[in-house]
Amino acid sequence: MDLEGKNVTLHDMSLRDGMHAKAHQITPEQMVAVARALDDAGVPLIEVTHGDGLGGASVNYGFPAASDEEYLRAVIPEMKQAKISALLIPGIATVDHLHMIKDCGVNTVRVATHCTEADVSEQHIMKAREMGFDTVGFLMMAHMAGPEDLLTQAKLMESYGANCIYCTDSAGYMLPDDVSARISTLRDALKPDTELGFHGHHNLAMGVGNSLAAVEAGANRIDGSAAGLGAGAGNTPLEAFNAVLDRMGATTGVDVFKLMNVAEDVIVPLMDQLIRLDRDSLIMGYAGVYSSFLLHAKRAAKKHGVPSGEILVELGVRKTVGGQEDMIEDVALNLARRRADAAELAK
Amino acid sequence: MKVNAALIGSGNIGTDLMIKALRSDHINPKWMVGIEADSDGLKQAAAAGLNTTHEGIDGLLGAIERDDIKIAFDATSAYVHPENAAKLAAHGVLTIDLTPAAIGPYCIPPVNLAEHVGKQVMNVNMVTCGGQATIPMVAAVSRIQAVDYGEIIATVASKSAGPGTRKNIDEFTRTTAGAVEQIGGAKQGKAIIILNPAEPPLIMRDTVHCLTQDKPDEAAITQSVHAMIAEVQKYVPGYRLKNGPVFDGKRVSIFLEVEGLGDYLPKYAGNLDIMTAAALRTAEMFAEEILDGSLVLTAASA
Repeated sequence: MDLEGKNVTLHDMSLRDGMHAKAHQITPEQMVAVARALDDAGVPLIEVTHGDGLGGASVNYGFPAASDEEYLRAVIPEMKQAKISALLIPGIATVDHLHMIKDCGVNTVRVATHCTEADVSEQHIMKAREMGFDTVGFLMMAHMAGPEDLLTQAKLMESYGANCIYCTDSAGYMLPDDVSARISTLRDALKPDTELGFHGHHNLAMGVGNSLAAVEAGANRIDGSAAGLGAGAGNTPLEAFNAVLDRMGATTGVDVFKLMNVAEDVIVPLMDQLIRLDRDSLIMGYAGVYSSFLLHAKRAAKKHGVPSGEILVELGVRKTVGGQEDMIEDVALNLARRRADAAELAK
Repeated sequence: MKVNAALIGSGNIGTDLMIKALRSDHINPKWMVGIEADSDGLKQAAAAGLNTTHEGIDGLLGAIERDDIKIAFDATSAYVHPENAAKLAAHGVLTIDLTPAAIGPYCIPPVNLAEHVGKQVMNVNMVTCGGQATIPMVAAVSRIQAVDYGEIIATVASKSAGPGTRKNIDEFTRTTAGAVEQIGGAKQGKAIIILNPAEPPLIMRDTVHCLTQDKPDEAAITQSVHAMIAEVQKYVPGYRLKNGPVFDGKRVSIFLEVEGLGDYLPKYAGNLDIMTAAALRTAEMFAEEILDGSLVLTAASA
């Protein structure tokens, strides 16, 4: 693989996707400390919001330690070079949030939909572009759409005004060939000046490999998290990916050793549990389940006395998509009832 | 005796509503208005004997007096409704608004339909499909004790969400959240909508979370929820409690499924049924008032 001389924009997720792994309890002070360290290492783009994006504060997804606005107002004034992005999922957030984040000084808006539902993003992408944001269309659970179907959806987002399109492997299910096929199809058919991005999860330990495949196929923005702090088995470990790109002669502008230090010295001490490829994460990667379900499934398992792996497999069978966290307790209750019925029969 | 009605909008909702209205004892669907001549809805309407136009609301206005149209159902979009509402009001037509435009007062039949009797309203809003499915449950909790926060999550099959719904997704979340407060009785409301493209399509699912002010009275809330389910089942037989109410501290969670009758779209599209059945039930109540002379429609001065 020859990536010599390629320019890659690294986008850190630890303060957004990482919120899932922290049950949305990162404090504004902790966010400032992490963002300062990433800024100092040269990371050009950092995402800051509730794990489920703007307006994610809810019973369904979890109430965060502070509001999106409090986080953004704490972090943005502290940045020397890094720009800040915010995630917006239509159906959870509305265009009203765009005015608030503009006032906070957010640079990049990522409007996210399930990979087959891009047309719900029209209002939000058009408005974001009109307001002068760097506007990204973020197609989630992209393993559930083939390259041609993904292209159809990407073209819709491009037509609304997105200047960058993401192939988002929310379940950490994709293999490098899946990534190559999707990114190269997008690259061939979208406008040459539309940027392409890839967002990976490490549930099959393919985060770095998939991101390399994406760059080779034409993506120039890659998401990852320092120390992998993110949903499921985490995001692509950004410090590792940066080191690999450096070895391959690609350019990121991010200091290899400084980013390692952020991961080890700033992020790891924040973790409530080590971000690792545990059995439940592997099940999600294997079965194609939305990574953010992990901690919710573990909690429901504990409360209702059923194995978390069984809950996750059932969520895969039901073809749940991002945002359907409410089905986790529903599935757990059904499994618990089934077990009770079976126990009754056995008597 | 029936009251003549027009259906504005020939998409999924308008067409499903027409099929239900054709069975009504009080409503006589006489016109369907569309904007695309070859839309499936207009074809079905013509086949059912309705007058049709593909010239939008203006294609109907000339026929209102001649065909004695008293009630209109607007199933277009939140962006189009204000103009339609003004034109219909100028002709003295009572409008049942199925878009999330929410110009008129909200109507969730088992909760507040009776409140609209005798008020001489000319426009009522049916909130959203998610609102129709969940607000009765929020109200079932709040009639027992104070609810600080009500949150609803509506998941519908992608195939059941037409272009109007997709363009209006922000209006869906805002209008539903507003009605969770105003009609559901929660101090603060939040609404989330999710489209799921799974094949075969999933039946509409709705989850309701309430945070009560004090510790929930589990027995009273459970009884209230079951009673309200029975009320909704009177007009949507496929409205079912799947799990709950689950109590966890001050959280009360209710898991619902809404199966439709399969009139226009297949049975998975319960989101269509709960909207159209609620709108028809509302129109029938007004029709009875019109027929007994207690509601006199007057044209708004333009």
